[in-house]
Amino acid sequence: MAVTSTIENPALVRAERRSPSWSRLTGSDRLWAFAFATPYVLVFIAFVIYPICYGLWLGSDPATYRQLFVDPVYPSALLNTLIYLLIAVNLKLFLALLLSGFFMRRGWWTKTLLLVFILPWAVPAIPGYISIHWMLNGQWGLVNNVIWSLWQADGPPWLDNANLALGSVIYAHIWKWLPFWTIIFLAGRMAIPTELYEAAKVDGASSFDLFRHITVPMLASLYLVCTLLSSIWALGDFNAVRFISGGGPALSTHVLATLGIRNAFEIGNPALGMATVLSALPLLIPLVILLMRQLKKGQVQL
Amino acid sequence: MSLARRTRLKRSVAHLAAIILGAFLIMWSLLPLYNMVRVALQEKEDVFSSHVIPISPSLHSFWTVFDTSYWLLASFWGQMGNSLWIGIIVASLTLAIGTLTSFTIGRMRIRQGWMLTNAALMTYVIPMSFLAIPFYGIMGKYGMTDNSLAVIAVEVTFATPYAIFIFQQYGASIPLELDEAARIDGASPPQIYFLIYLPLMAPALVAIGTYALLLSWNEYLYAFLLLSTEGKITVPVGLGKFLNSDEAPWNYLMAAAIVYAIPPMVIYYSFRRKMSSGLTMGGVKG
Repeated sequence: MAVTSTIENPALVRAERRSPSWSRLTGSDRLWAFAFATPYVLVFIAFVIYPICYGLWLGSDPATYRQLFVDPVYPSALLNTLIYLLIAVNLKLFLALLLSGFFMRRGWWTKTLLLVFILPWAVPAIPGYISIHWMLNGQWGLVNNVIWSLWQADGPPWLDNANLALGSVIYAHIWKWLPFWTIIFLAGRMAIPTELYEAAKVDGASSFDLFRHITVPMLASLYLVCTLLSSIWALGDFNAVRFISGGGPALSTHVLATLGIRNAFEIGNPALGMATVLSALPLLIPLVILLMRQLKKGQVQL
Repeated sequence: MSLARRTRLKRSVAHLAAIILGAFLIMWSLLPLYNMVRVALQEKEDVFSSHVIPISPSLHSFWTVFDTSYWLLASFWGQMGNSLWIGIIVASLTLAIGTLTSFTIGRMRIRQGWMLTNAALMTYVIPMSFLAIPFYGIMGKYGMTDNSLAVIAVEVTFATPYAIFIFQQYGASIPLELDEAARIDGASPPQIYFLIYLPLMAPALVAIGTYALLLSWNEYLYAFLLLSTEGKITVPVGLGKFLNSDEAPWNYLMAAAIVYAIPPMVIYYSFRRKMSSGLTMGGVKG
């Protein structure tokens, strides 16, 4: 995701592109070109195309889908996936958009705060999630210890109640990924020419006007691309559910990604697992198509 | 109230709000990390208590991690080594395959370049976990389960697309005239690749190398599915095993988790300035 130019290279300036100099590849050059491209082509065929075909074949039996749809866990996993995508992703991105404005403030303490703020993102996911899992333990977790020491009351059993457990997963997701998206939006905001704001201020615009009429339109396509990309990644997210709630209590907080792995490896039915994953395609494909359309416009680069 | 006074009042209210928000953000960001440190500093029995601040903090758990004197930690340093060398191989292969591909697309400009770009884009938008089941099946067919090479293969596959995008973008700033001049002097494509392209791409190589290393260091699902022998697993898989053991020695688990989390944190904070925002970002997708 680059909103600004990618990496600074002081030695080189962007070259004027004239006619491509290698346009007529002949003889040995042609062979070299194909030789250079071969490793990636092989990786792509062996580890992307082949697994996709094999996966489609595994999940091609209609009977498996009948078995999947009568599984009582399936509807709740589907619902959880939708909730995860709609609430966790959108809440996170909206907060990130607002916070990126906060981090535009000048001064050393904002910069220091940003260093602390990106910690959750710098810490690998698994340790962070394991810590949150124990922190939310109903009996001995830090959160309920704090509640006890402040009010001498028992805190809720965060991970033993289906709704609270799903909420905990969403909390963990936002905690882990909020810094990443905030920094993306921060870079987006920094790319907006300051003259726009100065001119508007001269004309007497309030800070809400500035946000509404400059920031929002300037960041709109970036925000959309981020929403789509984040939704795609959240759809495939395995770790948060796995380590926060483990799909429990009573299999109530599975999402399609974790249920697929469970069906394939814990129940030992790869076809059923693959059907679970493939049943997420009606969600994935529209997201991918919308993303491709946005990327084609060329305002935002990956 | 005079206008000046009202502006001053408004400004101090905004300042106060910023301080409150800042304090909240610090607590929000640090709470799970504080919990990690808190548990790691406790003795095993004290973990099951209702204290918010450890009563008698000690570095005992960290020593246990360092001298691996607890059975679940016996192969911790071996696992660190596995994570490291898998990461280094993934980074090297990603750099090699990524630069070769972007060289043919961006410098040699083969006509089929758009197909390679689309292949990369397609891989990029497939959630990694969605291919886990067929990938495991295929590796099983080839007798590659419980083999680090399988993990390396899948991590390279998912790291390369982003590498190709970045190399393409960065390579666009290197004048094609350089290649042209070299070709007139009779340089062959490999010579141009090694002597002109790679040296000029150095900053992008560092960035993507770090990206691939971190992607591999943080990856859990494939390592968990594909590796099973105690001596072959990576650290996140080991931590996951810990979690499932009946004894659940939380202080050791947290101490090990902290040791494992430190190298990537050091990398993040030392590279933060060298790379502009975009680069590390995709860094660690879910």
